[in-house]
Amino acid sequence: MKQTGNSDKPKRFGMVIDLDKCTGCGACMVACMAENNVPFREDESKKRVSITWLQVYRLTNGKPYPDAEVCYLPRPCQHCAGKHEGHSPCVSVCPATATDYDQQTGIVSQIYTRCFGCRYCMGACPYHARHFNWWDPVWPEGMEKYLNPDVSARMRGIVEKCNFCFQRYQKGLEKAHMEGRRELEEHEYQTACTQACPAGAIIFGDLNNPKHQVHQIAKPNLKKGGRPQNPKAFRLLEELETNTKVYYLSSKQWVQDAIHKPDLLDQTEAQH
Amino acid sequence: MKIDRRSFLALSVGGAVGTALTPLPWKIQDDLAIWTQMWPWTPDPIDGENTYVNTVSTLCRGGCGVTVRKVGERAVKIEGREDYPTNQGGICNLCASGLQKLYGPTRIPYPMKRVGERGANQWARISWDEAISMVAEQLGEIRQAGQPETVACLSSRKYGSMPGLLKRFMTAYGSPNFMTTPSMTDAYDMTLKRMHGVEGRVGFDLENADFVLSFGSGMIEGWGNTVHMIRINSHWKDTQAVIKQIEPRLSNTAAKADQWIPITPGTEGILTLGIAYVIIKESLYDYDFVNNFSSGFEDFRNAVLSGYSPGNVSKQTGVDQSTIVTLAREFARARRPIAICGRGQGTVPGGIGEYVAVHALNALVGNINRPGGVWAMPRPEMDGWSEPILDASAQAGLVKPRLDGAGSTSFPFAEQLFNRVPGALMAGRPYPCKALLVYDANPLFSMPGVEAVREALQQIPFIVSFASHMDETAMMADVILPNLTHLERWEDVPATDGFHRPLIGLVKPVVEPQLGTMHTGDIVLQLAAALGGSVAASLPWKDYATCLQEGLSSHWADLEDNGYWMDENYQPDTWSFAFPTASGKFDFAAAGGDLKALFASAQPDGDDGSYNLKLIPYDSVRIANGPVGSPPFLIKIVSDKVLQGKMLLVEVNPETAHAAGFGEGERAVLKTPLGSATVRVHLTEGLMPGLVAIPRGLGHTAYDSYLAEKGINANDLIGSVEDSASGLDAAWGIRASLVKA
Repeated sequence: MKQTGNSDKPKRFGMVIDLDKCTGCGACMVACMAENNVPFREDESKKRVSITWLQVYRLTNGKPYPDAEVCYLPRPCQHCAGKHEGHSPCVSVCPATATDYDQQTGIVSQIYTRCFGCRYCMGACPYHARHFNWWDPVWPEGMEKYLNPDVSARMRGIVEKCNFCFQRYQKGLEKAHMEGRRELEEHEYQTACTQACPAGAIIFGDLNNPKHQVHQIAKPNLKKGGRPQNPKAFRLLEELETNTKVYYLSSKQWVQDAIHKPDLLDQTEAQH
Repeated sequence: MKIDRRSFLALSVGGAVGTALTPLPWKIQDDLAIWTQMWPWTPDPIDGENTYVNTVSTLCRGGCGVTVRKVGERAVKIEGREDYPTNQGGICNLCASGLQKLYGPTRIPYPMKRVGERGANQWARISWDEAISMVAEQLGEIRQAGQPETVACLSSRKYGSMPGLLKRFMTAYGSPNFMTTPSMTDAYDMTLKRMHGVEGRVGFDLENADFVLSFGSGMIEGWGNTVHMIRINSHWKDTQAVIKQIEPRLSNTAAKADQWIPITPGTEGILTLGIAYVIIKESLYDYDFVNNFSSGFEDFRNAVLSGYSPGNVSKQTGVDQSTIVTLAREFARARRPIAICGRGQGTVPGGIGEYVAVHALNALVGNINRPGGVWAMPRPEMDGWSEPILDASAQAGLVKPRLDGAGSTSFPFAEQLFNRVPGALMAGRPYPCKALLVYDANPLFSMPGVEAVREALQQIPFIVSFASHMDETAMMADVILPNLTHLERWEDVPATDGFHRPLIGLVKPVVEPQLGTMHTGDIVLQLAAALGGSVAASLPWKDYATCLQEGLSSHWADLEDNGYWMDENYQPDTWSFAFPTASGKFDFAAAGGDLKALFASAQPDGDDGSYNLKLIPYDSVRIANGPVGSPPFLIKIVSDKVLQGKMLLVEVNPETAHAAGFGEGERAVLKTPLGSATVRVHLTEGLMPGLVAIPRGLGHTAYDSYLAEKGINANDLIGSVEDSASGLDAAWGIRASLVKA
């Protein structure tokens, strides 16, 4: 992965997700599964073992009827940089170098062929963004026809997670290089979930690039571990200093408060 | 033999050396490498040339433009088309899962005839010739016997060339019984007829509205065009439009609204009239429109002022008096207010009184055929087709009353009332049904009171299904002539109800037909040819593609070049010319009749004595509940607060649950007058006390193990209730009780 970003200026790809706009429809989850050959099983109702790289959580304000409020929160891999670039919780604990921090893109990769399934990374990830293949993937007869050749199918015994559709970056770069360009336009590299979202709630781009929307909206302060300078923007579990690349926007105070609770993603209903 | 220290060491070292010399360790290491890196048992998708094909997805009702990525001959991904007017790049979860429908194992591979008992799912493969001649023979015999009206046809869509062709076939054949599955389209069409005097379709210029009063419309759950509505919801966040959602349950739509106003189920129409009361009493209405462009206002005013004071309305709806007054003032004073109805996705229309009341609210503020308002729009027509030719038997058949009573003296404004068909079939009045053709519809799953529909269909001796997938209705058929899927065929998709521009999208084949199935359009043409005479002469095209192109000849160039045609500059008729009613004005009296009776809401079965709760169905944006069953990706994203294994969870307010002795996740038996089912209880503060909420779209008996037998079909427990004023299904739910399992 390191050798693919051959541009001089390192990038930090990231997202801004507008929770005021997210409707919880789940189109992002399906687009992600379709893009990335994510398998499915007959019973997917045990959410702890259901593989969803992008999970939409349902937060509630905890108030009784009729003052109850709900907010949907899509959670892809947060692509933590940690205290210094590359000090992601999962990368730090992987004994097989199966997950790696790409200094050129800021993307936390998952190299399936190296992973031997110790699941340390899953324990280390505070966002539950990693999933373990408890079973070999099986597609019903005929359905393997729709599999994406740019993404390898995984097997039993390894961990997988969101990689910001890295294959799309590679494809985009290939195309750009064929045309004699070294840089991609903002629209040339977009994740499957961003593209699918009917609400336009997900915005994706290079946080280092002032021309990109993500930079303009989140206004990350690089001297302070990427903290957003936009008062409406926040990151999940900022206190852990994971320096994530997924920023959220919400105008509701209770949502802004909820995301600081360390047990946020344990307590809330998985999805709705 | 004695083992001493020396021989033990010799044996150990010898063994170790021996093992090292054998290929075993290397073989194990090699295997390990293969096992961890080469996975021959996981599929290795073949790479190839990448191409993109633009088409329109028909899986959900929206009809969005999509672009399909192909690798070689394989379709690998469906994405939203960025330059398509309704969705502009977005896509819904169902249409994004479309390839699971194309390549899935639930498809019907070839024509089949029933060999076992009806519904036993035992079939014999037959050839296309045999299948078509079998159907043609049956239909021929019925027509010969002079009873063409006894053949009925059901489709889920109303507009476009396919419903058009089927209707044309039925007309030429001599049957008035072409029907579509009920939805809010029927109710809105009827409203336009009664109040505008036009036969049109409704459009909502929601983008330009700044205050939206939604009477339970699931704007995010699939009301209208799902993706378009979600886009508009985001647009409203940017323009700071105010959205008020009125419904008993905190749906996704309510969660995104500025205010959720819980209401006693079924009383939305009453609240509407309460709001109208305040607007009239405080003279907040649009004088220009009411005085100069409307008639029947006195009748409406009297009906409203005589029974719908905020105090009265508050008692019936459970909405505070002050809220009613505030809503009325906010609505009337907003620059571009709009009121909409049709509960959830609008699959159950609701009583006409509610629609008339909501539409009157729009009229009171003059927001008819104006920017940000409700528009009466022309219906999409196949204007390139000539009139069908009717012989004597067709003419004799067409003057017979319809099976569903639509257009009769009892229901003069109705165009179709499929919800009335089961009753008519059981009574055998006005005549029995001898054959039913089912296209793109699954009434044995999606109609309320499924059991009654099943019994009624048993009365029909010959059922023909054109289903692509083995659904519940196909399983009941006598012969199946499977259609191509949406990614293998040509078709046109006119814009969904609610979209405020005339728009037609073109469905194009993305991949070669994968199985031995045939376009239903071609089958219908072959059936017509086999029947001969005026039927054949009315459907003269050599194939469906020609028939489609001819019907849309005026737009064909655009359709071919862009994949869609749209009248971007469309503007609705101005008030002076918009209302071809008797008075030439907008009719508040809804074409005569007793307004008070019109506004009386239908009551569901059961009584408060034996059933202490009310069961309401809800639509989820993550569960398909129309003619297409949820593919595996959709079921995967269903919450574990809705489905656990095969067990369905119903929503109950904690207060209600505790009073009945239930805690979170406990098993219960849910009983209604129609039946009972074992469920688990999920406690939520997002539901009015005294209610139980059940999702629509689960509990399939057909399809594969990813979908079948999961949960319960809400339509098993909830029946239909006829609105006496319109014949529409007005059921908001049903009385119910929860008892310990």
